[in-house]
Amino acid sequence: MRRLDDKGAVIDRAKPLNFTFDGKPYQGFAGDTLASALMANGVRIVGRSFKYHRPRGFWGAWVDDPNAIMSVTLNGIELPNCLATTTYLENGMEARAVNAWPTAKHDIKGGLDLFHRFLGAGFYYKTFIWPDWHLFEPMIRKMAGLGAVTPDHLDEFHSDQIHDHCDTLIIGGGASGLTAARVAAEAGQNVVLVDDQAQPGGSSYQTGTIADTAAADWIAAQMAAIKTAGGRVLHQTTAYGVYDHGLIACVENGAFGTAPRLWRIRAGRAVLATGAIDRPLTFAGNDKPGVMSLFASAEYLVRYGVLASDNAVVLANHSMAKEAVATLTAAGMAITQIDPDTPGLKAGGWQVTNGISVSGRHHPSDVVLATSGLTPLVHLWRHAGGKLTWDDARQAFLPDGQLSNMQAIGAANGTFDLNHALDEAQAAGLGQSHPRQDTSHHLTPVWPKPGSKGRQWIDFQHDVTLKDIEVAARENYVSVEHLKRYTTLGMASDQGKTSNMAGLAAMATLKGATIPEIGTTTFRPPFVPIPLEVYHGAKTKQLYHPVKRLVLEARHRDADAALCEYGGWLRPGWYGNGAAADHIRDEAMTARTTAGILDGSPLGKIEVMGPDAEAFVNFVFYNTMTTLKPGHIRYGFLLTEGGIVYDDGVVSRIDNDRFLISCSSSHVDGVRSLLENWRQDGNNPDRIFIHDLTMQWATITVTGPKARDILNGLDLDADVSADALPHMRFIETHHQGHPLRIARVSFSGDLSFELSIPSRHAPNLWDKVTAVAGTMDAHPIGIEAMSILRAEKGYIMVGKDTDGETMPQDVGFGIPRRKKTNAFVGDRSLHTDKANVPSRKVLVGLSVPHGEPPLVTGAHVVTDGANQRSLGYVTSSYHSPFLSRAIALGMIEGAVERVGDEVTVWHDGSNRRARIVSPCFLDPNGERLHA
Amino acid sequence: MQIFPCPFCGPRDEREFHFAGEAGKTRPDTTGEVSPDDWATYLHMHRNEKGRTREVWVHTPCAEMFIMERNSVTMEVLGTECLRAKS
Ligand SMILES: [Zn+2]
Repeated sequence: MRRLDDKGAVIDRAKPLNFTFDGKPYQGFAGDTLASALMANGVRIVGRSFKYHRPRGFWGAWVDDPNAIMSVTLNGIELPNCLATTTYLENGMEARAVNAWPTAKHDIKGGLDLFHRFLGAGFYYKTFIWPDWHLFEPMIRKMAGLGAVTPDHLDEFHSDQIHDHCDTLIIGGGASGLTAARVAAEAGQNVVLVDDQAQPGGSSYQTGTIADTAAADWIAAQMAAIKTAGGRVLHQTTAYGVYDHGLIACVENGAFGTAPRLWRIRAGRAVLATGAIDRPLTFAGNDKPGVMSLFASAEYLVRYGVLASDNAVVLANHSMAKEAVATLTAAGMAITQIDPDTPGLKAGGWQVTNGISVSGRHHPSDVVLATSGLTPLVHLWRHAGGKLTWDDARQAFLPDGQLSNMQAIGAANGTFDLNHALDEAQAAGLGQSHPRQDTSHHLTPVWPKPGSKGRQWIDFQHDVTLKDIEVAARENYVSVEHLKRYTTLGMASDQGKTSNMAGLAAMATLKGATIPEIGTTTFRPPFVPIPLEVYHGAKTKQLYHPVKRLVLEARHRDADAALCEYGGWLRPGWYGNGAAADHIRDEAMTARTTAGILDGSPLGKIEVMGPDAEAFVNFVFYNTMTTLKPGHIRYGFLLTEGGIVYDDGVVSRIDNDRFLISCSSSHVDGVRSLLENWRQDGNNPDRIFIHDLTMQWATITVTGPKARDILNGLDLDADVSADALPHMRFIETHHQGHPLRIARVSFSGDLSFELSIPSRHAPNLWDKVTAVAGTMDAHPIGIEAMSILRAEKGYIMVGKDTDGETMPQDVGFGIPRRKKTNAFVGDRSLHTDKANVPSRKVLVGLSVPHGEPPLVTGAHVVTDGANQRSLGYVTSSYHSPFLSRAIALGMIEGAVERVGDEVTVWHDGSNRRARIVSPCFLDPNGERLHA
Repeated sequence: MQIFPCPFCGPRDEREFHFAGEAGKTRPDTTGEVSPDDWATYLHMHRNEKGRTREVWVHTPCAEMFIMERNSVTMEVLGTECLRAKS
């Protein structure tokens, strides 16, 4: 293998680049791929196969190579799964073969090849059943995978997300694509041409002249004309998938290690000019390094100036090989041609091939250049829903019929004659169809011969041999989709680009059927491996799901709040540095002895108004709302139609036709859509209006024995005495001239006021409340303390103390179910057999002896006796500083009948005893609540 | 990715939409007797048609619900109309 001085259209010899492969230093040129640079340096073994760790050399020169997968490091960034044939060389690259340790040439796992009898077709299926998958699992896991990612590099791996559109998208920049793009652009269309290489032209460099012009000059002239006519060209950009409604996804690669750019292109129409790839021949030893594609070796020569060898055996069954053979011969390669249909063909050599043996005669050569025809790249055509037809003359599946938004031309369409391809491209550029012409080439089919001798490779990357296909056929995995999964044929990272046709043909012979009768497997995106990271763009971490921020956040930060995410909001969990448990305990005590100030702003504030508002609120709520008077507040549940508790909250009636729904902070978006749903689908939307004011109003909750004293210290023009403002009432007043709503509701079980004010005026009110509170030893408290307070009182948190089966009667609210006469959401579901069984899980308290630690949340209450069975579980559990004991809530089967009983609580292998009690541990008579 | 035409906002990316249910389902009058079978049908039975379907969708940014007819095999959108015109 050597570099020729007078060839190599895309390399820049003025820019030498240094790199290493498996630790050894080499030199290449700008414009080289890792593969062409390695070939120029005479490196023949570049990887190992996945299963048997057989040595692998280059088969292809671009995306169709199944063998040369490398892990590449540059400037401290390591990327796995780099195909050497499509990775452009950069100075300082360190490449390492994957699946090979310590190097591709000397692989200690190479011995696996001796066990090939165990790793044959169906290995995974069979070992899952017998003898025991776990015997093999550690070894398989260690072998699997194609390299490692530098994880910290991913932090900056943000792909640009570009949405674009055009009249005509040309996919592929070979002779056909360039011609179509030029014609379309010159006809005034908005054209985008995507080409996956750095230098367009496709395989045109192999054609000496096009339209009587040297290929390189012709390519340059087309590019210039396209740009002059206003066409856009995206280099190193692969169209890898066609999705619904004509979306074509393209990925644009930049310098090594940079995140590729994702283009989502909507085109009026697409022209598929993706070309065709060479097809391997199936013969004994055909996987040995040195056996390579004839067209790829011509491509290495014309693009990169690399001659694969000075002597070669060519195995070709068609007339298209002629031009490539002539090109290689002219460059100095001595070629012996052998008929690939000769029985007993065998590639000799130990690690790399040393030529072809046939009929007792050895033809020595360093490389064997094989081709059995061209396979059009119809992947995108199939993604778009296009059909295929089998063509006997070409022995290939070709695009069939019409698609309204895609047209295939050139080699992708099976049009291998250049003059025919250019005619097609001309027509396609103008949006005209062009009938496919008969090919001038001759091809004698040469397909795998089942039953013939020697190990013959079908899938080079996944080590699927002809024998494996025979085993699959014998065991009746004959459908192509079964064949693929049973043998793993075509399931490697090349997705069967080189192996599928040979596999189908082998199965056809085994079944005595034709290739089109066997059919193809489904073509699915992506056409080439795409890093999953391209999809998220900048949308990661905080930006993936931005938290909602409190208007008082700065105040909380000044007070050393520990800000955590609760239901999508960034809220104070507690205040102060140091041990969280101490702060939480102190805050819970403060709220019971003086008062706690809580930022309750995330509490839902959804207004429902209009002439039908009363009937609507009454319908969406479980509890009767028609009897609610203006100025009053009522607690209620929102159910699903299945009767399951979806959310709880309080409803304030502001006026006859105006209600305020205060749902849980984490459910606001869900509740709003649920309300909108019922408003528009089932009601007259002109008589009901829904307005979510959650963000526009802030709420400051003052709770505790001193709460009223604090309000009295705010100089409000309002009477908040127990007589004027009893529990579950609200008043509207002002603070410094701004509207203020004072609601007497309580989530702590103590005297509590919720002060709601337009958000921009909240900081003033917060400052004043905390200043007055400070004079009474009352302080801000976080969500964690509030969670303890509400559990002491036995108040539930929906989603924590309830689950996907909880109905309102299970948590102590059975009256509307029996008494409410109007229809309401979920009503009928509350009277099914299941809703009536006595074994439903119901809300109870669980009490442990004084001095014992709290139960574990999630611990199961179990039956006593031999066959332990879960009766339910602990949903909330805390140490209550005010009660000086552990408290817990739980959902337990049939527990209403069992209050007072002792039960066993199981967790992680150990049992404890607890007593079923009322969930209300504090102030059962409501004296504190109504104070 | 699909493009759905909201009757209020025009063609928009599918990620802005939510499926709300099959069109034409009527809630039984629960103030009268509703048999367990009828209620179960209302809750759980869906036509799940292959081919032409008629569905209710929500366009999240404008919060409007609408009827969309589409082909569940080819993903072709056959048309959209306001829900309220039909209610
Ligand atoms: Zn809209």
